Amino acid sequence: MKISVIITLKKDVLDPQGKVINQTLDGMGFENINEVRQGKYFEIYIKENDKKIAEEKVEEMCKKLLANLVIENYRII
Amino acid sequence: MNSSVITFPGSNCDRDMDVALKKFGFKNKMVWHNDLELPKSDLVVLPGGFSYGDYLRCGSMASKSKIMKSVHNFAKSGGKVMGICNGFQILVEAGLLPGVLLRNKYLEFICKNVFVKVNNKDNSYFKDIKKNTLEFHIAHNEGNYFCSKEQIKEIDDNNQIALFYSNEFGNINEDNNPNGSIKNIAGVFNKEKNILGMMPHPERMIDPALSGEDGSIFFENLINNLR
Repeated sequence: MKISVIITLKKDVLDPQGKVINQTLDGMGFENINEVRQGKYFEIYIKENDKKIAEEKVEEMCKKLLANLVIENYRII
Repeated sequence: MNSSVITFPGSNCDRDMDVALKKFGFKNKMVWHNDLELPKSDLVVLPGGFSYGDYLRCGSMASKSKIMKSVHNFAKSGGKVMGICNGFQILVEAGLLPGVLLRNKYLEFICKNVFVKVNNKDNSYFKDIKKNTLEFHIAHNEGNYFCSKEQIKEIDDNNQIALFYSNEFGNINEDNNPNGSIKNIAGVFNKEKNILGMMPHPERMIDPALSGEDGSIFFENLINNLR
């Protein structure tokens, strides 16, 4: 079973890479961008048929390794 | 005094640290990250480098290494643990120190000498150091110290800030902040002050012919305080 996870930076955390991407997009002529925030995306193929159990396991992975909860939020999708 | 330096895959300041510790009288042992037990130690050092290629987040993989369980136990029982650069990143990822180290504000790898102001001398690491500022070397891409507003207040209230980036006279301001760290923080302690993490490398400042000698002051003072 495939479980996907998106990790995003919390609101107050500075994202210099996102800022530079924003500036570059501006320079390319993509206007009207308020802000760009860069995140991470994981696809986890797990040996588990029960979706609920699989998601619980991935949640534990997020808390213990995939995300640093001081600066990041995770979302299982 | 016995010390241990842990080598993770991708550590590259481990041997420099070994040379520095031995120069100032420590009996040092190198410890592999896959080992389960620490040798008898008065000081454990997590050295600089790029453990696991900085994958995921700097220090995140190394913080889950087998040896880290022993390091946790050692630290929790009051043992002195010091993390330099990547070692600092590993300690925050391991939850042994507060906060996190983000990408440098201007997205550059910074490699230069800096001055740091010692903020707290009431601990084994900086007690009896006469100078107020020390010249150390930094070399990092992710040294931008960050934590939440509540956390920074707690750290400040508990006197956990070890070092600030400053100029040679100890002035702390934005001009002397190389990487965007909150409050110019270059190093922090845990509450009990037995664990120290800092981005600067004292082990690169131990030879007057090659660099400065402020690292010598640091290590000499450290071994004297541990005796």
